[in-house]
Amino acid sequence: MGKATVIPFGPQHPVLPEPLHLDLVVEDEVVIEAIPQIGFVHRGLERLVQTRDYHQFIYIAERICGICAFGHSMGYAETVEKLMGIEIPPRAEFLRAVWHELSRVHSHLLWMGLAADAFGFESLFMHCWRLRERILDLFEATTGGRVIFSVVKVGGVTRDISPDMFERFATTLSGIKGEYNQICKAFLTDASVKNRTVDVGTISQQAALDQCMVGPFARASNVNNDIRALGNGAYGALSDFKPILDSQGDCYARVKVRALEVLQSIDIINELIAQIPAGDIAVEVKGSPALGAEASNVLEQPRGECYYYARGNGTKNLERMRMRTPTSQNLAGMTTALAGCDLADVNMIVLTIDPCISCTER
Amino acid sequence: MGSFKLGKMTFGSLFKKPETILYPVQTRPAPLGLKGHIQVAIVDCILCGICMKRCPTGAIKVDKPAATWSIDRFRCVQCGSCVRECPKSCLAMDPNYAKPQTQKSIESVSKPTASESSEEEKAAKEALEAKKAAKIKAALEAKAAREKNLT
Ligand code: SF4
Ligand code: SF4
Repeated sequence: MGKATVIPFGPQHPVLPEPLHLDLVVEDEVVIEAIPQIGFVHRGLERLVQTRDYHQFIYIAERICGICAFGHSMGYAETVEKLMGIEIPPRAEFLRAVWHELSRVHSHLLWMGLAADAFGFESLFMHCWRLRERILDLFEATTGGRVIFSVVKVGGVTRDISPDMFERFATTLSGIKGEYNQICKAFLTDASVKNRTVDVGTISQQAALDQCMVGPFARASNVNNDIRALGNGAYGALSDFKPILDSQGDCYARVKVRALEVLQSIDIINELIAQIPAGDIAVEVKGSPALGAEASNVLEQPRGECYYYARGNGTKNLERMRMRTPTSQNLAGMTTALAGCDLADVNMIVLTIDPCISCTER
Repeated sequence: MGSFKLGKMTFGSLFKKPETILYPVQTRPAPLGLKGHIQVAIVDCILCGICMKRCPTGAIKVDKPAATWSIDRFRCVQCGSCVRECPKSCLAMDPNYAKPQTQKSIESVSKPTASESSEEEKAAKEALEAKKAAKIKAALEAKAAREKNLT
């Protein structure tokens, strides 16, 4: 038995896409304990909400995170709509869901690229990001932006998608699907991928439940938790939605869940486009949230369940806005997964929870 | 199980045209509706200041007395609120990005003052303004007096 040593890991580290600091207590190359520390990119959004009116805050909300930008603007808008009792037109709900699923595809492809990079499979990384560019092109053509879209507003959406554009969606997505299946095969059957991921950082279903894990991280441990299954908004129109689950709970299972969710999202987009109703894309929103009115909302972000809470105070500015993001739920699970792993596997395990520290710190 | 699962795709890439372009020489055509930069048709602008109020970043300044509309392109986040809210539809989102600059600056456009070209009109306008100011002053004085009486 060697002596325990503390190795600082992050906030700047080649494999960490996000500023997370970990104190790794290591004994003989085995991590006994990992103590996470965050707070490097805190921006104080909860205070900022009092300085901008509720229409303007949506542009701040979508800057919480560069990858789930669409999800945050959608979640915020839905919360304020609940707060003020606004019904948005069904077409707007469908458009939001289509864009949201598209951003899930791009988020998962980005993550799979990063994972491939972390286990040293550079060409797989490049192919993932090459496909992701096509999704970003679709975003650029429909919303005018590649990362920040500014297309959701309280009361609906600001841009419509034309039937021609929907056709382009269909051809691009089916093109991606063909190539993506090959990438998927590499992820799921290649020996070098399996060597790095199978039986690494295993979390049991009970531990996942105990630590309230969410998103693909929980679903890989067989926890049936997917907010889309509640059928909020346009998700209610899906004929048969079943969350993708896996019972292994190791890094490989998490790769698999995300890999299959991309295909599932593409199917969802096609299904939604096939039944999108015609009509308005926004309703006029007048007035302000009532004094003391409260609303909460949940949304399945690419990384898991995100919870929103808002309280009005009778003025245009909200009294309080709180978001509980998926990564903040998953950090506890991450430290559990890290305990007892090899030092060389730390980067793989940290990546497989898909940490978004910018989201966590808001 | 086995290796080289990506071989087919990697090999295929050898015969495809590159996904990337030679950037400064070639550029991608900007898609229609790209959020490039805000443009103002100043002749139609009535200097109402609604765009200034709606802008979440405070990038726009409308100065009514000086008849200028100015934008700080470094603050603008291309959200498009001003374009949606302008009552005269004189703002537009141009699908080309603004040119990079080495120094921060504020772009300002003045409203042409063609309608005020003749001296007479100017004088009439000034008289009107003076009248208005006198009215406001009188009202304020009356209000002050009222408040004094109350206390
Ligand atoms: S809202 Fe339109 S008309 Fe009013 S000041 Fe701005 S640009 Fe001019
Ligand atoms: S686009 Fe948005 S940020 Fe830019 S000037 Fe208009 S309102 Fe302001």
